[in-house]
Amino acid sequence: MKRLNHTVLAAALAGSAIVLAGCSQEEPAASAPAGVSPQKMADALFTVMEADRAVYTEKVVKRLAGEAKVIKASEHWQDEVALPLPAQMFRMASERVAEHSSDFSYSLISAWPINSQNEPKTDAEREGVQFMQDNPGKRFYKEETLGGNSYFTAIYPDVAVSSACVDCHNDHKDSPKTDFQIGDTMGGVVIRIPL
Amino acid sequence: MKAANIKWWVLWLISSVLLGGYFSYALWLDDSGRAEVFLPGESSHGHYQIELACSVCHGEAFDGPEVMQQACLNCHQQELYDADDSHPIKKFRDPRNADRLAILDATMCVTCHGEHDREITREMGVTLSDDFCILCHENVADDRPSHKEKKFDNCSSAGCHNYHDNKALYEDFLIKHANEPSVLPEAKVPARNFDEWFTKTSSKQITPLKQADADAPDYVTLDPLELSRWQASAHAKGGVNCTECHYQIDESGVSTGQWLDRPELMQCKACHKDEVSGFEAGRHGMKMAQGLPAMTPAEARQEMHKGAYNLNLGCNSCHDGHAYYLRQAAFDRCVECHDDQHSSNYNKSKHYILWRQEQEGLVGPGAGVSCATCHMPRMESMQRGETRVTVTHNQNMNLRPNEKMIRSVCMNCHGYQFSVNSLADEVLIKNNFSTPPTVNVESQEMALKREQEKAGK
Repeated sequence: MKRLNHTVLAAALAGSAIVLAGCSQEEPAASAPAGVSPQKMADALFTVMEADRAVYTEKVVKRLAGEAKVIKASEHWQDEVALPLPAQMFRMASERVAEHSSDFSYSLISAWPINSQNEPKTDAEREGVQFMQDNPGKRFYKEETLGGNSYFTAIYPDVAVSSACVDCHNDHKDSPKTDFQIGDTMGGVVIRIPL
Repeated sequence: MKAANIKWWVLWLISSVLLGGYFSYALWLDDSGRAEVFLPGESSHGHYQIELACSVCHGEAFDGPEVMQQACLNCHQQELYDADDSHPIKKFRDPRNADRLAILDATMCVTCHGEHDREITREMGVTLSDDFCILCHENVADDRPSHKEKKFDNCSSAGCHNYHDNKALYEDFLIKHANEPSVLPEAKVPARNFDEWFTKTSSKQITPLKQADADAPDYVTLDPLELSRWQASAHAKGGVNCTECHYQIDESGVSTGQWLDRPELMQCKACHKDEVSGFEAGRHGMKMAQGLPAMTPAEARQEMHKGAYNLNLGCNSCHDGHAYYLRQAAFDRCVECHDDQHSSNYNKSKHYILWRQEQEGLVGPGAGVSCATCHMPRMESMQRGETRVTVTHNQNMNLRPNEKMIRSVCMNCHGYQFSVNSLADEVLIKNNFSTPPTVNVESQEMALKREQEKAGK
C-alpha cells in the first residue's frame, strides 16, 4: 500500500502540473516521476466499472430476469432470493473496495436519487452534476479537500443504457423523477483518489 | 534551601517512587490483578463478565484504537453481517461522508458504545444521547411527511427503527406482511432435521452401539446406570463410543488418550462445533471463551435462584452427560437458575400450555413454545449443499434489540403487527405474553398509507 501511495503521490504531483498547464490530457513529460496520473487512473477505473455494470445489466439481469424470466431482480434480493439490481451491485462492490483499500473510493450520485443520501453533497459533486447537465456526455475533474484530505475527484456521466434502469427508477415510489428515458444522464459516477 | 522545603521534596520523591512502583508492579500482574488496579469504572452489561480479561478488548499495553476496533469486530462482526447492517463502517469510509464523521465517527464502535461507564450505558450498550439520529437525518420529514411531528429521541425505542438491524423493520417488509392475523393458520416452528440432513450429506454407515460395545479402558469402573443411559442415548444410537467423549482432546483437536471422568466444552466441541461456538458467544459461555473460569448465576445481573448461585455453566448445566433430555434443556434447566418475572410467569402462559400439549400429542409437532423456542431459535442454513435446521446456542443472539425476534421466532406463528406490538409491550414481556398487546407500533400503518398515497399519484 505504501508503495502505491508513493506512486499516487508522484502521479499527483505530475497531475497537478498538468492541471496548472491548462487541463491538457497529454502524457507527463519524460523527466516527470514515473507513475500513472490520477486522471488516467480514474479514467481506467471508470472504464472497468462501466463495462462490468453494462455486462451485468445486459447479460445477467436483462437476459435472466427481463427475457427468460427465470429469476427476478429485486431491491430486496436477499429476502426474495432474487438478483441484486445493477445499481446495488455497483454499490456493493464499492463498499467492498472501501473495506479493503483506501487508495481510491467511488460512489453513485444523482440529482434525483431514490435514497436522498445519494444526492450531491460536496461542492465538487454539485458542480459536477450541474456540469454534466450543461455538457451532456462530458466528464468532470476537480481537486477537493474533504475532512482535511485532498482528493482528485472525477465525475462521469451515468447514462441509462437499458430499459431496466429507466423502468425501475420511473416506477420506484421513492424516485423524485419519473420520466427518465434511455440515453438520459441519470446521475454520476464519482471516483476519488487521495492526493 | 530551608530544611522544611527539603522535607517536602523528600516526601514528594518517596511518594512518586512508591506510586510509580505500584503501577509498574501492577502492569506485571495477571489480567485480574491488573483489572483491580486499572478498571476505570463499572463495565456494561454486555462486557462485565469479561472485564478482567483486559487484553481481549485492549490488546497489549500501548496498542492503539485500531486494535480496540478490531477487538470489537472479533466478537461482533458476524452478528453485524447477519443483521445486514444498515450502517456498516465501510459506508462511512467514503470521503464524501467526512463532514459527518467529524460530528460522529461512525467508523469506530466505541463512538456510540462507550465502556466502563455504567451510569450512562443504556439497553443496547449505547452511551450516546437517544436523539443521535438527528445528526444525519434531520431532514427526514422532507421525504417522509409522516415524520414531521416525530421527535428524534425514540426512533429506535418505538419499535420502528434500529441503527444496525432493520431486517424486520424495512418499509417493503412491513407492506409485504400487511393485514396478517394475530395467529397464522400454519403456526409452528421448523423441525430439527439432523437425521434427514446427515443421510443426504454423508455416506458414513451408522452402527448403533450396545452396552457390550463400550470401549472404556479397563482401569475405568463403569456405573451400570450410566451405561444403560448411554445405550439409550442418541450418542450410542449414532455410534459414538465412550472414548470419543471421555478421552481428553487438546487445543488442536487431537485426542490425548487420557481419560476424563467429566468431559467438558473441548470434548463436546469436537463434534458439536456450532453449538459450542453459539454457547461461547452468549452470556452463558462468554467467560469460558476468553479463558476465564465458567460463569456462575451468582455473577449474573438478572435475578437468579439463590440455590443455583454456585453452579458452573457448561454444556452439562443443561444437558446431562448420558441422560440428556432436550425438553429438560428447553425449559426445566432454565428456570432452575432464572428467577425473574418473565421466566417465572412462563408456566402460566399460552405458550407453555401449547408446549405441554405438544408433548402429550394433543397438538402437532412444532406447535409448542418453550424457553428455547424463542431464546434458542431453530435456524435454517445451507450446510454441505443441503438445508439444515440447527438450534442456536447463543441465547442472546436475538434478544437485543428484541425486534430481532420478529423474524427469527415470532413470525413462525404470528402476524407482523401482533409480533411487533407484543415485543414493544413491557407488560407482556413481564407476564410472558399471557395477555394481548396494548401497545400499537405505527410503522406498518404508516408504510401502508404512504404506499397508497404513492399509488394514488
